Amino acid sequence: MSAAKGTAKPRRFNPDRDVEDWHGAYVPYDILKEALVALLVVGVLIAGLSIIFSSPDEHPVTLKSWTANDPVDFAQTAITELDGTSAVATYGPPYNATPGSSQSIGFFSPEKWFGVRHPVNTAQDFVIDPLRTLPNRPALTAVLNRYTSAPSSQQALWTAAYEKAVTKASFAHGALRVPAGRYGPVAPMMSALTSMARSGSLDGALLSSSQFYDTNYTKPLLYIADGTYLANLAGQQHLQGNQWGMMNETGSFPGQAWLWLYTLWYQVPPMNSSPNADLQVWAIMMGLTVLLVCLPFIPGLRSIPRWSRVYRLIWRVHYRELQGPATT
Amino acid sequence: MSIETGSPGPQTHAGPDSRQWTARARKAAVAAFPPERLLPDRQPAYMASWIYVFGILTLVSLAWVILTGCVLAIMGPTWWHMSTVGLFVNSLHLWSVEAFFFFMVIHLWGKFFMAAWRGNRRLTWITGVVTFVISVGAAFTGYLSQQNFDSQWISTQAKDGINASGAGAIFNVLNFGQMLMWHIVLLPLVVVALTGVHVLMVRRRGIVPPFVVEGDAASSAPNSSPVETEDDS
Amino acid sequence: MMIVLVIRALVNLNGPGHYLHWGFIQISVANVLLIALMVVVFVGAILIPFRRGKGRNR
Repeated sequence: MSAAKGTAKPRRFNPDRDVEDWHGAYVPYDILKEALVALLVVGVLIAGLSIIFSSPDEHPVTLKSWTANDPVDFAQTAITELDGTSAVATYGPPYNATPGSSQSIGFFSPEKWFGVRHPVNTAQDFVIDPLRTLPNRPALTAVLNRYTSAPSSQQALWTAAYEKAVTKASFAHGALRVPAGRYGPVAPMMSALTSMARSGSLDGALLSSSQFYDTNYTKPLLYIADGTYLANLAGQQHLQGNQWGMMNETGSFPGQAWLWLYTLWYQVPPMNSSPNADLQVWAIMMGLTVLLVCLPFIPGLRSIPRWSRVYRLIWRVHYRELQGPATT
Repeated sequence: MSIETGSPGPQTHAGPDSRQWTARARKAAVAAFPPERLLPDRQPAYMASWIYVFGILTLVSLAWVILTGCVLAIMGPTWWHMSTVGLFVNSLHLWSVEAFFFFMVIHLWGKFFMAAWRGNRRLTWITGVVTFVISVGAAFTGYLSQQNFDSQWISTQAKDGINASGAGAIFNVLNFGQMLMWHIVLLPLVVVALTGVHVLMVRRRGIVPPFVVEGDAASSAPNSSPVETEDDS
Repeated sequence: MMIVLVIRALVNLNGPGHYLHWGFIQISVANVLLIALMVVVFVGAILIPFRRGKGRNR
């Protein structure tokens, strides 16, 4: 190597950074033929795997299927959406501005800095507004007006009483039944919402709430994920976080084995019990990724290939040829 | 211009001292990638191991991912749920992604143990690792685009990590339309561009030579002090 | 075709998965097989002799 332009600066040879120029033999090699053979080999491989194993396609959960299978869980979730105690209602940014809810490492809290970007008001968006879309329901309209015009302290009394009672709720003859109590307008609201969900119209109301052509499933997905039905289905498929679910796929299909290190951090202290686990794991993985990218610059780490001597196996033909015919 | 023979007349290209951007770019490109380096028909004799095929296996797997993805795009994102042919093409797409990561990780292991960043090949290593990371993102948006239970679970779980990092303000994993467009437009462009740079770097610098082992006959000139210039990239 | 149908019947990946547990580690059989296969292929790629000039590289 000689200086082409700029100043030539002799440096000490570092075997983990530098190489000796190759002045040895070259052998014929057909790069295009190799590429074509590889294309065909991999094509046959994936065709074979597809014919034998196909691919998974588990049906999605809808608010309709959720309520059909577990209407009590739906009602238990819906009341927490109305009274603002659900996971989504207390999530904080980017959905709403709940104080103290953002994850942080010391002062570092990007979630908080970016603020509310996808606003979700669970009481309005998940309960009141969908119920208002139901036509020709004067009794329901009166109930909704009674709720929305009541002071917040009264609303809290009704919702707290209902939330306690709904844990003992049952579902029979197409209707939600809760023990008798003083719930005001909340009980008929929850019954109507449960029926709306079972009919399928709640799915539609949540999706097209802003426009006809909507491809943004933020609201129905947050709603469904707030209940336990989706999580229970996921648990049966070993997809939950504490089951290393990030690596797994439904059924017996291989999943995303390359995520092993990402999910591993969630299983070990302190991340496995930390409210800031997501930010902590993300920070660790960013750091490790930067290390991997910058490996060529890091003394010690970049010496591992030479120390491990695996290269002696990879290039054994070359080293044998250098020794000459006498040693073969 | 000669009409009879069709051969080019004089002044069809700028002279060697041209200051034109086009002429200078062409000159630099041809200098960096002369045809025999871009499409070589020889390789160094030390390339005598099956580990060397994993780069091309990764590349052709990516080709199959893109090809099968194009077929899925022709028919739209719901086709594979309603058609057995669609399900088969979706399976080809899934298994080509599995093959892509399978071969890429083995390629990464091989390049690590060869310390393939040596000799000014750091950018080759860097583009390779970055492509790997971006590919994980591309696969992730693919899982989100399935429109089935898997997408629902993955999106509602992944949102927490992504929101915590602040990226959730823009990158809304619950927004199917956005995720699909990242998956079929933005991320493939980045992966293909980075892969292109990676392969060009391999062609530019050549395949990394072996470590020199004590006592072996030197493969280079007796003066074995390498000189690195300031403009090496 | 028969062998494909036989393999499909034996290995229907849409059935419930099987999982291995080692301490705090949980991993699916499918993923273990895949990772093991990667290691085997990597070791094989390094150890299996590569004969030059065997038809392809002339």
